[in-house]
Amino acid sequence: MNRLALFIPLALFFGLSLVLLLGLDKDPTELPSALVGEAFPPFNLPSLKDEQNVVTEQDFNGEVVLVNVWATWCFACRIEHPMLNKLSEQGVKIIGLNYKDQRAGALAWLVERGDPYQFNIFDAKGRLGIDLGVYGAPETYLVDADGIIRYRRVGVVDDRVWESEFRAIYEQITGTEQ
Amino acid sequence: MKLAILLLLSVFTFAASTEVIGSPEAIESPEAIERTEAIKGAEVVAFSDESLRPRYQQLLQELRCPKCQNQNLADSNSPISQDLRREIQRMLEEQMTDKQIKDYLKSRYSEFILYRPEVNKNTWLLWGSPVLVVLLGLLILLRHNRKPEPSAENEVPTASNEVPTAIRGAGATDKEAPTNSSDQQRLAELLGDKENQQ
Repeated sequence: MNRLALFIPLALFFGLSLVLLLGLDKDPTELPSALVGEAFPPFNLPSLKDEQNVVTEQDFNGEVVLVNVWATWCFACRIEHPMLNKLSEQGVKIIGLNYKDQRAGALAWLVERGDPYQFNIFDAKGRLGIDLGVYGAPETYLVDADGIIRYRRVGVVDDRVWESEFRAIYEQITGTEQ
Repeated sequence: MKLAILLLLSVFTFAASTEVIGSPEAIESPEAIERTEAIKGAEVVAFSDESLRPRYQQLLQELRCPKCQNQNLADSNSPISQDLRREIQRMLEEQMTDKQIKDYLKSRYSEFILYRPEVNKNTWLLWGSPVLVVLLGLLILLRHNRKPEPSAENEVPTASNEVPTAIRGAGATDKEAPTNSSDQQRLAELLGDKENQQ
């Protein structure tokens, strides 16, 4: 009995090691999403291309859309952009949320790199960003036909992320095979 | 052993630090950087009612910056923290209670933003662990103090207990010193036993 007790520290050590080891796979910068399952927050903001044109969540037209948060100052958005172009070609509807950016630079970006967006929301002050809980760019939200946020990705969406995280939910809520 | 643990820890730290690569960028629009440059960290907050200021300070202490995770909103000068500070100021001016303000932020940034988390099914162990540790300590202390009481297990005579008695008995009085061969043999056996024990 006493002899077995000697192994308790060793067992504790291995237990702790196991917990720490499992923790290595977690990304500490990834926050749990508070908005998944909630309605996309209502907004009322100018569009990027036309200052006079005000867009709201009604402009999603009750369709399944990806809302992509981007800005010209965001380096990772450059890496992500070709993937958005590709998804758009495949028929995925993407709404841009141009976040805390400058209009001229953002418009030039779309000319230079292609425009995968249905339209862009111009959120210069980041108010919609706060309502969405945006804390970094890029971020991508999958919104269903009822305007409910079904998935959120903080960081770049690439082929791997699309296949492993978005595709199944996207096909389920659109009822299509892509 | 200490060295091994240190090595192990350094490996963990290294592995953890590489995780950061590929994470989304901090929010740093040119506009925001300009603003930060201009203010140089000295942010002047004007309240219509000075009594809001202590509550403002208190909230900034208790709320975490979503981007720079080991800083609260008071410490962090990242653009997202500046935005959130402005939002909190606005909500205070709108006469919202502290709880309403926290709920507002929680519904957007999740519970993560609260440096003092609420007690719920995910956090009861966190909140309860100090109490559990104190109880455990008391339990150990109680058991420890009771130890001198003779318990049956401790009093079982063992071979190693017997041997010294035998030797003492043999060497203590010359009269009874082992002289015949059977005694010698027994002594050798006992000594041999003792050596084996060691």
